[in-house]
Amino acid sequence: MAFITANWNPLGDAFYRKTELYEMCWNIRDELKDSLVATAPYGGPIALLREPHRRSPSSRPQLEIYSASGVAIASFPWKSGPVVHLGWSVSDELLCVQEDGTVLIYDVFGSFKRHFSMGQEVVQSQVLEAKVFHSPYGTGIAIVTGSSRFTFATNIEDLKLRRLPEVPGLQGKPSSWVVLTQDRQTKVLLSIGPELYVLDNTSCIAVCPPGLSQAGSIVHMSVSFSYKYLAVFTDTGHLWTGSSNLQEKLSEFKTNQTAAPKQMVWCRRPKSQQPSVVLMWERLLLVVGVCNDTIQFPIEEQSVLVGELDGARIISSTHQELLQEVPLVCQDIFKIASMAPGALLLEAHREYEKSSQKADEYLREIKEQNVLGDAVRQCVEAAGHEYDPDTQKALMRAASFGKCFLTDFSPSHFVMTCRELRVLNAVRDSSVGMPLTHTQFKQITLQVLIDRLVYRQFYPLAIEICRYLKIPDYQGVSRVLKHWASCKVQQKDLSDEAIARVVCHKVGDSPGVSYSHIAAKAYECGRTELAIKLLDFEARSGEQVPLLLKMKRSQLALSKAVESGDTDLVYTVVTYLKNEMNRGDFFMTLRNQPVALSLYRQFCKLQEQDTLKDLYNQDDDHQELANFHIRSSYREQRLEGRLSRLQSAVDEYNKAKNDFAAKATEEEMRLLRFQRKMDDEKGAGLLGLSLQATMEALMSLGLHKQAEQLYKDFRVPDKRYWWLKLKSMAEKEEWEELEKFSKSKKSPIGYLAFVEVCMKNNNRYEAKKYVCKVTPEQKVKAHLAVGDLEGAADAAIERRSESEMGAVLSRCSASDRLLIDKLNRARVAATKK
Amino acid sequence: MAHGVRRDSPKVPDFSLLKRLARDQLIYLLEQLPGKKDLFIEADLMSPLDRIANVSTLKQHEVDKLYKVENKPIISASDQLCFLIRPRIQTVKWICDVVNADKAIGKFRRYKIIFTPQKFYACEAVMEEQGIFGDVTTDEWAFYLLPLDDDIISLELPEFFRDNFLAGDQRWVRTAGSALHLLHSLYGPFSKIYGIGRCSKMTYESWRKQVEEGEQRPRQAEIGSVFLIDRDVDFVTPLCSQVVYEGLVDDIFKIKCGCVEFGPDVTSSDKSIKVMLNSQDKVFSEIRNEHFSNVFGFLSQKARNLQTAYDKRQGMDIQQIKVFVSEELKGLKQEHRLLSLHIGASESIMKKKTKQDFQELLKTEHCLLEGFEIRESISFIEEHINRQVSTIESLKLLCLLSVTENGLLPKDYRSLKAQFLQSYGVDHLLTFSNLRQLGLLVEQQPGETLTVMESKVGKLVNDKTAGKLTDAFSSLAKKSNFRALSRKLNLVPKSDEEYDLRVPRDMAYIFSGAYVPLSCKLIEQVLERDGWTGLEEISRLLNGHEFAVIGSSGVDSKQENDADRIILVMFLGGCTFSEISALRFLGKEKGCKFIVVTTAITNSSRLLEALMDTPV
Repeated sequence: MAFITANWNPLGDAFYRKTELYEMCWNIRDELKDSLVATAPYGGPIALLREPHRRSPSSRPQLEIYSASGVAIASFPWKSGPVVHLGWSVSDELLCVQEDGTVLIYDVFGSFKRHFSMGQEVVQSQVLEAKVFHSPYGTGIAIVTGSSRFTFATNIEDLKLRRLPEVPGLQGKPSSWVVLTQDRQTKVLLSIGPELYVLDNTSCIAVCPPGLSQAGSIVHMSVSFSYKYLAVFTDTGHLWTGSSNLQEKLSEFKTNQTAAPKQMVWCRRPKSQQPSVVLMWERLLLVVGVCNDTIQFPIEEQSVLVGELDGARIISSTHQELLQEVPLVCQDIFKIASMAPGALLLEAHREYEKSSQKADEYLREIKEQNVLGDAVRQCVEAAGHEYDPDTQKALMRAASFGKCFLTDFSPSHFVMTCRELRVLNAVRDSSVGMPLTHTQFKQITLQVLIDRLVYRQFYPLAIEICRYLKIPDYQGVSRVLKHWASCKVQQKDLSDEAIARVVCHKVGDSPGVSYSHIAAKAYECGRTELAIKLLDFEARSGEQVPLLLKMKRSQLALSKAVESGDTDLVYTVVTYLKNEMNRGDFFMTLRNQPVALSLYRQFCKLQEQDTLKDLYNQDDDHQELANFHIRSSYREQRLEGRLSRLQSAVDEYNKAKNDFAAKATEEEMRLLRFQRKMDDEKGAGLLGLSLQATMEALMSLGLHKQAEQLYKDFRVPDKRYWWLKLKSMAEKEEWEELEKFSKSKKSPIGYLAFVEVCMKNNNRYEAKKYVCKVTPEQKVKAHLAVGDLEGAADAAIERRSESEMGAVLSRCSASDRLLIDKLNRARVAATKK
Repeated sequence: MAHGVRRDSPKVPDFSLLKRLARDQLIYLLEQLPGKKDLFIEADLMSPLDRIANVSTLKQHEVDKLYKVENKPIISASDQLCFLIRPRIQTVKWICDVVNADKAIGKFRRYKIIFTPQKFYACEAVMEEQGIFGDVTTDEWAFYLLPLDDDIISLELPEFFRDNFLAGDQRWVRTAGSALHLLHSLYGPFSKIYGIGRCSKMTYESWRKQVEEGEQRPRQAEIGSVFLIDRDVDFVTPLCSQVVYEGLVDDIFKIKCGCVEFGPDVTSSDKSIKVMLNSQDKVFSEIRNEHFSNVFGFLSQKARNLQTAYDKRQGMDIQQIKVFVSEELKGLKQEHRLLSLHIGASESIMKKKTKQDFQELLKTEHCLLEGFEIRESISFIEEHINRQVSTIESLKLLCLLSVTENGLLPKDYRSLKAQFLQSYGVDHLLTFSNLRQLGLLVEQQPGETLTVMESKVGKLVNDKTAGKLTDAFSSLAKKSNFRALSRKLNLVPKSDEEYDLRVPRDMAYIFSGAYVPLSCKLIEQVLERDGWTGLEEISRLLNGHEFAVIGSSGVDSKQENDADRIILVMFLGGCTFSEISALRFLGKEKGCKFIVVTTAITNSSRLLEALMDTPV
């Protein structure tokens, strides 16, 4: 532990340290020198394109992808055109910018994803240089072409190319250039000799870094991770640093090196005390602080610098190191003879481990100053910044020890840091190879870390982490499973059956994993059968349908939609099918799905009458066709039209073997013709009336002959005809006629009807005429109807019917004393028997 | 009537919450269209809307003028039009005409269509076809349930019956499921769900899916079990003439959305009066469930009591009179007013219903239910048709005859239909076709098990689809097994015993002791047995689709609480006031309370009118 400060180098009043991250797993020697190298911040993967410039068709350059620890992920020969630049997107995709302006995108496993072009004119002028940059809008690309024009896109996911204005006086490429993101605007800062220009969407403005005394040619520039600071290197060996808006100067330093550095990156951290710029030449690494203090490191091998949020990584063919300013809290604790609370606590714990009473002394000292809380916090914080697990452990143990003496100290920070360190140590492991610092981790967030693990297909680790950190399923485990399943379905060596089984087994019914999504993936890779199998696991039928339609499994889609019980969904499919299929197939499909058919019929009834007819036709549903014609006959204004519709209905009814309906319709036609004739001849206004109503109307018009004709023609039952005549004559008060009619033959409706109808028309006198003709069973009723209580009583007594006597009694009022007695006596007599 | 009450009725959940929710949502939707606007309302939404938000509430939210949505050009001058409609293609087409007419004359307005209770894809498809999809904004007003009374909740969807049972259009199933889900989330979780019928089953499934998708907060249940029943399980009951007061009032005066309009013959003045009929009406609440023969006695007793209450004034000193006037008089006057209205209504009913015709009609109905004197009944029906008494009544008797007799003899079927057509017009060919499809009026087919439909279908497609089809058409091919059911469930009490309608002993009192409504009897039996065990034969006769499921709350809450005694009965396709009365009676008998949820209140005429296809 005493050696912790061994690799610390003072720079001004701060310290810089170089920590070894990995011994690189790869097996390369000089390749870093003559390859195109792409490194990604936040411990991202590394891509190498060996000998990009050798253009013999026989030997294709090899593109290799490694994890940050040098584990080979992919390797394949580069078959496309010459590559100018390689870079990584924020979602770990490799961007390869070709000379002709085409950008090819590969995933981390080297599979091609898509490509786009940086503009047509680039094909002619060719890309001279390109840069991949990251901004809040995502990953961007900027290029400068042979015709000295700059073009950039700020977000490759939402490609919008911007061609920047011409730079006056620029021939070929500028001597150096960087991309800046300032005030939500992307600009290019470029140098032509000693001149510096800011190039934005509309203009190109010459600028001058304040206080740059030595006016040599600017040969190298670098912006900090946050785009806030700029470093400029001139061919006179001067290094100028300042704000990137060129308003402020931080320092100027003469390096005594005239060659342009191979790489120059900013090395600073949030709340940096002593930011610096790291310059790398062939054999020298120079750290220049803004205080103009420097640290020099010799370089033995070809190396690459990667600027990070809180330092810079140095990757060589054998090692990888992290160069960073020692965080203040670590300085406080580990600085020799530090009396900071954390340092004392660490010491106290160390003594405690040795069972020494000195532990108590240290503790006392901390407690006397009342800074035990601070001490614990310092230890926890420092542990986060340390890379070595043993140091982390020592600090965390000390913190835990100190915590015991505190009563109301919230443990959450401690617990959280413990967990996060465990996660970080896991992903830093060489086999995974994500050398993230705690600061970087906090910056990218856990979600992104999990995403990146998923991109790299470290599914078990990602799931472990989600479970360990207790992330809600739908954000954590389910999300990972979803990616896993989407990847699984692409495995060509497994059978559909096996994949479906495995996916179902793993995914089960985890919340938030949509089988339809996985199935869509399977379909994208051309595995339709697998997709259908997977869809079967989808619980929500609504989700299955759109994909099934896309896969042209319309029958299945339709039955799934019907199963879902969601008629809107059924209707969606029906509409889709209607447009996709020819009419015959469409109808055939519907016929097998009654639910869909009914739904479509309902729609057609209101919107597409003709389709409805076709539907019935297709089904040979003559009954419905006939009904359809009947319905449409309603809408016909002209009699001829109506008759022809009805005739079609008759034909269809005949085909449907519904002779009843056919006959009824035929009669209707006959009736209509008759009515028309009568209307024309007599102006009777009969058209459209029912048979009964027609006869009634005829009778009331006195057209008895015609009424009788109908009676005969339509074989109207005698009963109906009698009722009609009776009512009609009574209403017209043709009492003599009525009497004559009643005697014409025996009434089929009896004579009680006559009594009642007469009474209804208020003619008791006439009514009484018919009472005697009523059958014995109805006598009582008849007498009652005309209000003849005595007659009713006599009839009832004669018939010895108790219930009828009761009926008469109920009509008697108090004044009918005699009658009541008589009835009661008869009633008693009747019961006796 | 209060005989055999074992326990107090449990307290009913507060369903007015449903109204408040609907009202708040409507206001929110109206505010989404800021500024003055004219509101066009679907005709049959007017009454339900009035129960949720009255005109002044609407005016408060910048509704300028109110119109009915009609198939004619509009006269509004407002530059913002809001349409509140049911998701019907026909209505949407009318609106399309309005918008297109505006377009033609270059008039610019903003249009918003609020569909209630939900939007259908077909409506949007029509808007797209008519080319107004982009000109109109749409919204959904999730107004699923209207509480008509303490224990009646209606979806106010009369078309549910025809669409679902006749046209086989299942789009309302989800609506019913959502309505149930709404009740579940507000008053659930339900402990048990029973049901019978295809539509019930689908509604249950739809509800279950919605429960699975959503989150249920743990809460104290206010409703115990739920019973879902399809209207086509029991067509007999709604076909019978109603003789309980509330049902009679509905049959004669037509209760609309809990409100009835009494004409001049009732009010004994020259104008009509609209009266709300619910438990708030103290007079009505006491007679609504009574057999009509008791109503007069009750009303005259009530009148006497009222007189006594008024008479108290005599012999009061000034102070007492002051108290009397301030506290009692208003209530008495109110009661007086209602009493005279109900007496007027009863008189009017008496005039119509005690006539010979009605008595004979009832007698015929009872004969049909009992299965006696069928030939006499048929000639009665014939006479009815010949005399053109009333289309609906004739049709009702025909259907009742067919349903109870398991179809008509071919000879009767033809001759009765022919006579009917002669009397009421040949247009009814389509009505008959519909009735046959529903199994309401069919021809007996001796010895033929497969119906025409099934055998036809069987020939056309392979076995699997045929199975599905048979399933779908089962309602078409449905055979009524009323006789067997009646025997097994003892629906028709023995007629030789005297039935005292004043002291009813079972639910048969709602039909003068002649018939226990099948629907209510089923509910009683299933609740008693806690499921369908022992009722296998019954459910087979009813074409199956029965189910009994333990609800999401599980059975762990063993302790008796009030919620267990609140039973929700959902009628899919409508229920009658008689059935509600019967369930109220059953509730009193069993010490529980039934809440009736129905797609609409129906009766014989509404049921049959829905099946007519006569020219407009």
